[in-house]
This record gives sequence, C-alpha cells and structure tokens, in this order.
Amino acid sequence: MNLPINLRFTVDHEWIDDTGRVGITDFAQGALGDVVFVELPPVGTALKAGESFGVVESVKSVSDLFSPVSGTVAAVNTELVSQPELINTDPYQAGWLIQFTAPFDVSQLLDADAYKLQIEGA
Amino acid sequence: MKTTALTQWHQRHGAKLEEFGGYSMPIDYGSILNEHMAVRTGAGLFDVSHMGEFIVRGPDASACLDQLVTNLPSGLEQHQALYSPMCYAEGGVVDDLLIYRLADEVFMMVVNASNIDKDWEWVMRHKTEWPGATVTNVSNEMALIAIQGPTAADIVASQAEGDIASLEYYHFIPDAVVGGVPVLLSRTGYTGEDGFELYLSNQHAVALWERMVDAGARPAGLGARDTLRLEARLPLYGHELSAAITPLEAGLGPFVRWDKKGSFIGHESLVQQKRSGIVRKIVGLDVQGGIARAGYQVVDDQHTVIGTVTSGTFSPSLKKAIALALVPIECSTVGSVLTILIRGRAVHATVVKTPFYKRR
Repeated sequence: MNLPINLRFTVDHEWIDDTGRVGITDFAQGALGDVVFVELPPVGTALKAGESFGVVESVKSVSDLFSPVSGTVAAVNTELVSQPELINTDPYQAGWLIQFTAPFDVSQLLDADAYKLQIEGA
Repeated sequence: MKTTALTQWHQRHGAKLEEFGGYSMPIDYGSILNEHMAVRTGAGLFDVSHMGEFIVRGPDASACLDQLVTNLPSGLEQHQALYSPMCYAEGGVVDDLLIYRLADEVFMMVVNASNIDKDWEWVMRHKTEWPGATVTNVSNEMALIAIQGPTAADIVASQAEGDIASLEYYHFIPDAVVGGVPVLLSRTGYTGEDGFELYLSNQHAVALWERMVDAGARPAGLGARDTLRLEARLPLYGHELSAAITPLEAGLGPFVRWDKKGSFIGHESLVQQKRSGIVRKIVGLDVQGGIARAGYQVVDDQHTVIGTVTSGTFSPSLKKAIALALVPIECSTVGSVLTILIRGRAVHATVVKTPFYKRR
C-alpha cells in the first residue's frame, strides 16, 4: 500500500501535507471503490478539526469527509467535478480535495507508521 | 453467515465480500464500473447461488402455482420459464420470482435469497389446499452462475455440447452439458443484456466457473449486478417491490393474468386497485446535481414529503445519476420535474422514460 511518509493522517483516512492540502488515503479509496461524485465546501468555509466537510460517493455508497485540522478553506480541487476518478488513480497528488490556509495544527494527527498500525488493526 | 460453493474462489481472487440476503457475497472484484462495462460490451460472470430454489411436483403443481402467483405457470410449455410477482391477499408482494416448467407436473420456483424462509412458509401455508402437490427446498444443494453480455452466447457455445444458439429467451435446456458439467441452461438474466443462467449442483460450481473465466467471461459482483438491473429498470425486491407496493404500482401489470380460470392470492385487491386506478407509481428519474440513493425523500415546493427514492445510483453506461422513485400519479408523467432532498439540499430530477438503457 502507498503511504507517503511526509503526510499526516486521521483515523478517518484523510491525509494533510505541509502545504495544507487534504485528501483521502490510498487505503480509503480502495475500500470505497470507483469514486463517481464529490461534494466539497466553498472557498472561505471555516472548519473545525473532526468536522464533516463534504462527501465522496462511489457507485454503491456515500462516505463523509472529516477535516483533519481546524482552519479556513483556501482552495478546492475543481478538477474533481469532471474527474472524480482522480481520487482513485492518484489519491495523494491530483486527487486532493481541499487546501487550508496556513497556519494549522497537525500535532494531534497520526504519522505514517501510526496510521499504518491503525489500518492493519482494522 | 452462509457461503456459496464459490465463496473461497472469490476470496482468493480479491473480491470484496459483504452480507447479502444472509450470504457472504462478492460485491466487486476491484471496480464496479469496469465489471459493469464488461457486461455491456463483452461478458460478465456472476455467482448468484444465494438465490433460492423450490421444486413443486405432482398433479396439483400447476394449479397450486396458478393460485400462488399472479402470472400463469399452467400456461408454460415444458422447458419454458416465466417471471411473476407473488402477492399477499392485500395486493402487496411476498416476492418476485422465476418459475420453470421442468416437466408436465414438475416446476422450479427461483426466489430471492433474503426471502427464502418467508416464501417457504408462505408456500407451505397455501399448499395445504393442494394435496396433490409436494414442495422441496433445494436451495442449499444448488449453485447458480449467470453469464451476461453480448458475447455470452459465444462463450457458452464454445463450452457447450450441442446447439445452444437457438435457445429462445425465457426457455431452457434441462440437461445441457457446459464445460463438461451437467447444468440446467436458461436464457434469462437480470442485466438487460443477452445471457444465460446456469443451475447446477454445488460440486461442479468451481470447475464451471473457471472454464467460463478462461473462455473470456469477467467475474462481476453484486454491485455491478445492481447498476445493470437498475439501468434496465428491473425491479429489486425490498426496493421497487415490497409488502407495501403492489405489482400495479411497480409497473408489473403485464405479469398479472386477470383472465386465469381460477383465482389467485391478491386477485380481489388488485382488481379493485385496477378499477379505481393507482394513486402512485414507480417512475424513472434523471437526477441533476447529485446522486439520489434509496430512501431519500421526494418533496413538493413546501418540502412536504410526497414520495421516496426506491433505488438510485450513478449509471456507468449513461455517466449520470439515475433513480427509481415511488411518487404520486399526478407527478409521474414523463417530463415532470420533481425535487429530491440529498443531505438536506433540494436537487431537481426529471421523470424520464424507462428503461434507462436498452441494448441495441
């Protein structure tokens, strides 16, 4: 499984990088299956860590997205409107969801090793 | 949880298994979209061994079945099959099923996995009026493999002894040999494509399955089966059909034989409903700006609930959201624009002609 060491993770399978970009993990996209629809908040939305900020839908199911940190949404990946499958094919790069404005606090999040333990235990 | 003769094969080949109708069943082998398109463009292979099979035999078998279901099993030729709702006296549906005429006085009922126990009790209760009919439940001994898609006939023919190409729709060969294995070969399916359903004994299931895979059929899970049947507007029990929805409301009027000699269970209620006219029906919807899922509400301008989505998905063939919904008759004409609440957001849906997808 693809698990970049430079990212921080939530137990709900979101990642965040040091530029504030957020997405879902390779494990999450695999469990979800083909993503066909994404619903994301508008730029400027203020979110609290753990708050639901949107959904990703596969053919079969709907999954909530949870914010890894508290902050304000600075950018939204509009490519996903026409190409939601980017979440499956490139979950850590082209498949990003939203981006937070710095600063944001990642001290409560898991590193790659801790996240790996989390999903292996699941 | 129950398993089928193929469960271990599915596990070994990367299937995502989930509970369905009390059975552990493959939902997909990696991609519902790819499995769906394989069935539309080539051939998909489905393990549907969870379906239940009852054998009804004896001099009263055909009369007993005529009373149990709305269609007319006594009118079947030998080696012909039919689809029928089976109703409660109130007109709601116990189950929808296939009935095969194996011989003059021998029939096979094929019922939904989730309804096997309920159907068995229902049939046992009404069979008492027909001493010349015996019913046996052979669900646990029988496997069922469906091969569906435009190349299904070629693949089956390449593995079968004798002529299968001329087998007509809703007909079957009771003693066919496919992949060296004895099967009941039926030209039926639940995908909107040409194809076959092969009934066989559990012990031969893996051998036949592997022969079909080697011959070019792609394993497909229940996820794709659901999107395929929805595009073809085929009802699913528990969604478009239930104890609270009659065959007339579900658009299955053609499968109710008003002209049969004896009565059938539900006849009075359905005649009455037909006479007074249905007040709600299942319609097809083209959903804009979201995916409507089963259970989502259809509302009017004041956001008062007027109906319910019964099934909804992203259509892999049409690349858009489609749904079936139970709505008031006055909202059911093609072109009507309805409102569905998706996570509290009002989304428009247009009533469209069904099936959503029709094979060329």
